[in-house]
Amino acid sequence: MVASTVGDMNQLGVRWTADQVLALAPDAASRKAGSRLGSSGPWSDAGCDDAGALWGLCKGSGSRPYRTVVDLAGAGTASTCSCPSRKFPCKHALGLLLLWAAEDPVVRAGTEPAEWAGEWVRGRRERAEAQKEGATAEPGGAPAEKTAGPEAARRRAERRAARIEAGASELEQRLTDLLRGGLAAAEREGYGYWEETAARMVDAQAPGLAARVRELGSIPSSGPGWPVRLLEECALLHLLDGAWLGRARLPADLATTVRTRVGLPSAPAGPAVHDSWLVLAQYDQSDGKVTTRRIWLYGQGTGRTALVLSFGAAGRAPEISLPVGLAVDAEVLPHGGAGQLRATLGERFGAPHAGGALPQGGGVTQALEAYGRALREDPWLDFVPVTLGGVVPVRAPDGEGWQLVDADGRLALPVASAAVGRPGLWKLAALSGGGPVAVFGECGHGGFQPLAAWGPGSGEPIALA
Amino acid sequence: MSTVTPPPAWEEQVTTALLGTDRRPFPAQEPALALLDAAAVHTVRRRAGLMPAVAGELPEPAPEDGRGPLPEPARRRLAVLLADRAAPAQSGGRRGSAPDLTELLPQWLATANAHRYRAPADLLPALLDAARARTDLRPQALEFAGARGLWLARLNPEWKYALRGTSGAAALPDVQDAKAVRALWEEGLFAERVGLLGAVRAADPAAALALLSGTWATERAEDRLMFLDSLRTGLSAADEEFLEQALADRSRNVRAVAAELLSALPASAFAARMAARATSCVSPDRTGTLGGIVVEAPHECDAAMQRDGVVAKPPAGRGERSWWLGQLVESAPLSAWSPRLNGRTPQEIAALPVADGWGEELHAAWCRAAIRQGDAPWARALLGAPSVPPEAGTGTASLAERAKLLATLPDGERADWVADFVSAHGLSEAFQLLGVCVVPWSQALGRAVVDALDIARDAGSYPWSFSGVMGLAERCLDPGEADRLEILTTTPAEAEGASPGAGGYWSEAFQRLVGTLRLRAAMVRELAGEA
Repeated sequence: MVASTVGDMNQLGVRWTADQVLALAPDAASRKAGSRLGSSGPWSDAGCDDAGALWGLCKGSGSRPYRTVVDLAGAGTASTCSCPSRKFPCKHALGLLLLWAAEDPVVRAGTEPAEWAGEWVRGRRERAEAQKEGATAEPGGAPAEKTAGPEAARRRAERRAARIEAGASELEQRLTDLLRGGLAAAEREGYGYWEETAARMVDAQAPGLAARVRELGSIPSSGPGWPVRLLEECALLHLLDGAWLGRARLPADLATTVRTRVGLPSAPAGPAVHDSWLVLAQYDQSDGKVTTRRIWLYGQGTGRTALVLSFGAAGRAPEISLPVGLAVDAEVLPHGGAGQLRATLGERFGAPHAGGALPQGGGVTQALEAYGRALREDPWLDFVPVTLGGVVPVRAPDGEGWQLVDADGRLALPVASAAVGRPGLWKLAALSGGGPVAVFGECGHGGFQPLAAWGPGSGEPIALA
Repeated sequence: MSTVTPPPAWEEQVTTALLGTDRRPFPAQEPALALLDAAAVHTVRRRAGLMPAVAGELPEPAPEDGRGPLPEPARRRLAVLLADRAAPAQSGGRRGSAPDLTELLPQWLATANAHRYRAPADLLPALLDAARARTDLRPQALEFAGARGLWLARLNPEWKYALRGTSGAAALPDVQDAKAVRALWEEGLFAERVGLLGAVRAADPAAALALLSGTWATERAEDRLMFLDSLRTGLSAADEEFLEQALADRSRNVRAVAAELLSALPASAFAARMAARATSCVSPDRTGTLGGIVVEAPHECDAAMQRDGVVAKPPAGRGERSWWLGQLVESAPLSAWSPRLNGRTPQEIAALPVADGWGEELHAAWCRAAIRQGDAPWARALLGAPSVPPEAGTGTASLAERAKLLATLPDGERADWVADFVSAHGLSEAFQLLGVCVVPWSQALGRAVVDALDIARDAGSYPWSFSGVMGLAERCLDPGEADRLEILTTTPAEAEGASPGAGGYWSEAFQRLVGTLRLRAAMVRELAGEA
């Protein structure tokens, strides 16, 4: 593998758009504050080099200006600033990125970093380089600590499997008790019952089961038709429980999927796929403690779709951030398991660039068929990534929801209720203007969640999430 | 699970699950487990076999927008300006050194509209949201949003505002198409008709008058009032006959508007009647030695006066006679006064002493007349020299009225007057006057304002005492002045007696000013398609 160093590539080939920069902001207040600093006024001694580093001095209220440095090379966008803000990235870093995105002349291109900036950038890149070498060296001569590892790790894994085993058995018992006593009785017990069960599953080190149990708890208050939904989800949880308890008899791929669903860590399994990966969507979900960023990638050469996850603890944006609408030349390492699209972002080569192939879309029937097929591999799947070739967003006949209608006007997919009323759906309606647009999104039993769209003849997907 | 008998139907399963297998039997060895198994099979089968829904009606596509696309940098800029709006306002009163992007939206939109650019579709929702929150943005935002913006606004009740008033504008027929115009005028909704009348009036005042007089007798009173208001545009002697008739209207409000419009036609019979009444009350002082003006206010408000729109009953606290006098003078053509007062010029008349304390009343009425008739020589005379303190001046001390008088002067003269005013009196009373000056400010005006700010800083006050003028300067100064202002952004050594820390705040305020000017210059360049 040709391991090119960051230095010899033009990381800054394509400037980001303001939207892409603002997507980095940890919250709305930072977005606003950053926008305000995206004008040349307070900045001085600002510049960028060809390797992906940006720096500048930003005048604040104090006498000494803040020193802001951003590094776009490597995995994720990193920044440092002498300001006291604990937000990450801070408003100064956002402002500097905006200036750079707008090609403001105050950020002088192609210069050497100022001394105070260069030090941090060099340190960061040396660490990244060392890490990479460490990773490639591993299979050969592993360090002493690692040799002791396999045996200990195996014992740890066995202990954990045993605890999950106990947890899954307990959950089975609770589910059958529930069905004997009736769902109506459970509804009267309220959310506390589920919360307690979820806590038991956390103790059993099965976070996947715990999350599903918590979901169950919210169904009785989710409006008409809840008994059907609750029975469905209870049944699928029972299916997962049973699959875990009988995993020895499952095909290897399905067993891996079950392990992941139960909550064991998922790891890259297959060989790296090198491609030009178009970033179709990037959006965050938060459970109050951890922010999960989901990034959908489309391989412009291979036609594969991959899901990259990145996590951020409270108050911090997840580390990986990719510009929606642009393509990244990179390696992606797929995780194992039947029907799994999750992948880890590996080495990146060069800067994000515009253009290249867009995924070919199908009709609404094909989208549902794709979901149906995927369920054969992973029956717990809530949705699959799908591109619809030419659909028109319209109000559903019930007047409440929305639909995506095939261009011939006959068949439709309901838009997921979570997307209705969100700004992204209005963006989609505006882009369509009543005509067909291509839409990428997540299609499943809960409807279709639009994440990106592009019109006929326009080259760049526009983020909707 | 090897149940020989097929599991009960799904509805049965749900009912059993709801009540519990202890209460409602389920045909299996272990009922609860069997029910979960059966439900799992059903669930996966149902999800795998999902069918598309029947489609709702496809919408009418949005009309084509023939305008050109925005240059990419301008598009990015708009996204940033709109993103700034979406975030919560900064806490506290301090404005920091960064430009206030929201305030630049109106200018950006005006420039983009002048270039006739099409709004990028994906930014339309944010644009409609912005204009929803700020009514002053609406006309420009909706023009920029164009036909697709209106199309979109119909889908979201939150954007209903976009369909009011201007909604007609999108669907208006060509004003030359007499048949279509006539059809919409006779059958359209009120908002559409107001829009139509305005559009026709702008293109062909006589045609609009013909349209209105054709249906006048059958219109409702509040509609008549709105329609009559449309005649302000392109008002001319040709409208006199119609307005004279409207003086006899059943509705008092309609009568008042008709009288007001007629008073703006100095050659009309109405104006002649008002001139005769007004001049009979005001005469040169022939007895005294002062050579001033004597006023004999009317003693009654007769039927003929009331027919001409004079309101007989004064508001609480005002004397009847001064109330009537004010209305007569206000509605009389200003050209009547020079012949009445021995051929004096407006300047000379404004300088004459007025006997018995009637001066304030008379000057105030003249000011209203000058504003209504757009009479620059009279406005000039009543404003007096900018160096004279407002309270010692001739015409009016009210800043609002002064601003309106200024608006009748030619652009350059107005800017010079305000510049001299600012140089003489500083900024504390200048805000409203600056508001009527053409943007960007002339060099003389811009420098007067900046000098005044500099003086205020040296005097040791805090910049937020001038935040209104600062904000105006950010939006109205010529962006070309930015380099000249750079020197003011440094923090000076703290002077004796200055407010603590003021120097730093001033430098911050000037930084914001310079930053905003640079940004405005960049916005203009981007929209012009210059790199």
